[in-house]
Amino acid sequence: MALEIELVSPFEVAKDAVRAIQDYTLLAAQSIANLFRRPLYGGDMLQQADLIGVGSLPIVVLTGLSIGALLALNSANTLQRFGGITLIGQLVSIGMVTELGPLITGLMVAGRNASGMASELGSMIVTEQIDAMRALGTDPSKKLVTPRVGATVFMLFFLTIIADLLGLIGGNAVASLLFGLDSRQYWSNAWQILVFRDVFMGLVKPVLFGFIISTIGCYYGMSTRGGTQGVGRSTTQAVVASSVLILVVDFFITKLIFAMLGYR
Amino acid sequence: MATPTLPIESPAVVQGDASPHAIAFDNVSIAFEENVVLDRISFQLPRGETKALFGVAGSGKSTILKLTLGLLRPDSGRIFLLGQEVTSMSEQELFALRRRVGIVFQESALFDSLTVRDNVAFRLMEEGISDEEIDQRVREALRFVELERTIDMFPSELSGGMRRRVAIARAIITQPEALLYDSPTGGLDPVTSNTIVELIMKQRDVYKTSALMVTHRLQDAFTMATHQFDRNTNQLVALPKGQHCEVAMSFLLLRDGKVIFDGDAHQLATSRDPYIREYIS
Repeated sequence: MALEIELVSPFEVAKDAVRAIQDYTLLAAQSIANLFRRPLYGGDMLQQADLIGVGSLPIVVLTGLSIGALLALNSANTLQRFGGITLIGQLVSIGMVTELGPLITGLMVAGRNASGMASELGSMIVTEQIDAMRALGTDPSKKLVTPRVGATVFMLFFLTIIADLLGLIGGNAVASLLFGLDSRQYWSNAWQILVFRDVFMGLVKPVLFGFIISTIGCYYGMSTRGGTQGVGRSTTQAVVASSVLILVVDFFITKLIFAMLGYR
Repeated sequence: MATPTLPIESPAVVQGDASPHAIAFDNVSIAFEENVVLDRISFQLPRGETKALFGVAGSGKSTILKLTLGLLRPDSGRIFLLGQEVTSMSEQELFALRRRVGIVFQESALFDSLTVRDNVAFRLMEEGISDEEIDQRVREALRFVELERTIDMFPSELSGGMRRRVAIARAIITQPEALLYDSPTGGLDPVTSNTIVELIMKQRDVYKTSALMVTHRLQDAFTMATHQFDRNTNQLVALPKGQHCEVAMSFLLLRDGKVIFDGDAHQLATSRDPYIREYIS
């Protein structure tokens, strides 16, 4: 059987890409603007905060503990070789608070919630529920997108703090149980090494990542086409796009904060 | 079959809206990529009348309903709904206008994560009405479609016909000035279809609601053109032959993106157009 390949002009591809960026920008901007327009769907936002925040807590607790413990385990050997095992608390603290805590939490929540949002909204699109909502005089952007964006940004901020803390606890467990380091010394080093810039960086990132996860998830959900297969496609694309965007934005925001507040 | 009564007596018509037509299309065209679905079509739906839209699959019947509510934008032409030009309004402006119209989608489009009560009450909850009043009005609307017992069920627990009736309850709960039905009896058994046709006729004859109804079932539309809902006996009454023209019912037939017929049942039945004759035979 001959394989038929449809050739698409580069101009069309570029046009589609520009249109997608335009649509995404509009959805993202509207999700913020809706916060200043009535009605505000506080109940929906609370419900989403429960689904996203409380629902993601187990996975964030597990990954936070594991990453902190692994970071301590992997760096301990090198530090021991140079006689600097006591610095393990500082290393885990800097690593978790500035980078791994926000990044791993962001990626975990992206995998869990960007896919959930894309599939839920995508299913609503293909079953005409979004059209029904518009026909009933309700703005889906206000009712569905803004509560998800608000809840994700808010909850990811606190989930990241929890992941940071659990990472430090995991690191402490490895340092004291496997390498016999004093816990008080570990916590003292971990606490004293942190400066304003580290904490600032660690708290700005989850806000941006939360915005990326929710807007990308909602964008792919709301632009779903093509039935159940389309829902599956949107779900995958939402996870891939939000994860890649988190990594890219992470690099640039780190660079920007270093440029603004200076290197260590 | 008798249908229960709905205490709200008439649609809440907005004062100062002087247009004689509930819906008017003026040279409207729309194409999806290369496929021209509607090609400069024009028609009017007078207030209080029900117009049945016919045509083969893909002839643009459902598109007309979506265009009417501004859910789709035409490539050219103007559309008027309840005296306002839909085609010149922004999405935000349209939300207010859409609240004056009810729609029943082909696949019901009920919110699957909400109970029947919350589906039917959706508009009322958006308006911030008290829970007691919502419960009372939802029960009245569900009683109207004979589904009061399903109030706490989810749409997935209902049959296709029940879902369609819940969708009707959701559309009529605010007593809209116009109703749009997209194949309300499609794929249903004859008994359920008759129930739904009765509900639609009751809206037309008792509440005088203007309606556009997409359907493939000619017999439903002819029943609607030859019968009237008697509010005293709460039943359908067949009209004598000479009185058929007194029923506020008309037919519109689409073919290849054009309107090839727009008139009453008698004109349709006596048409000499070979395509129309074949279609109604």
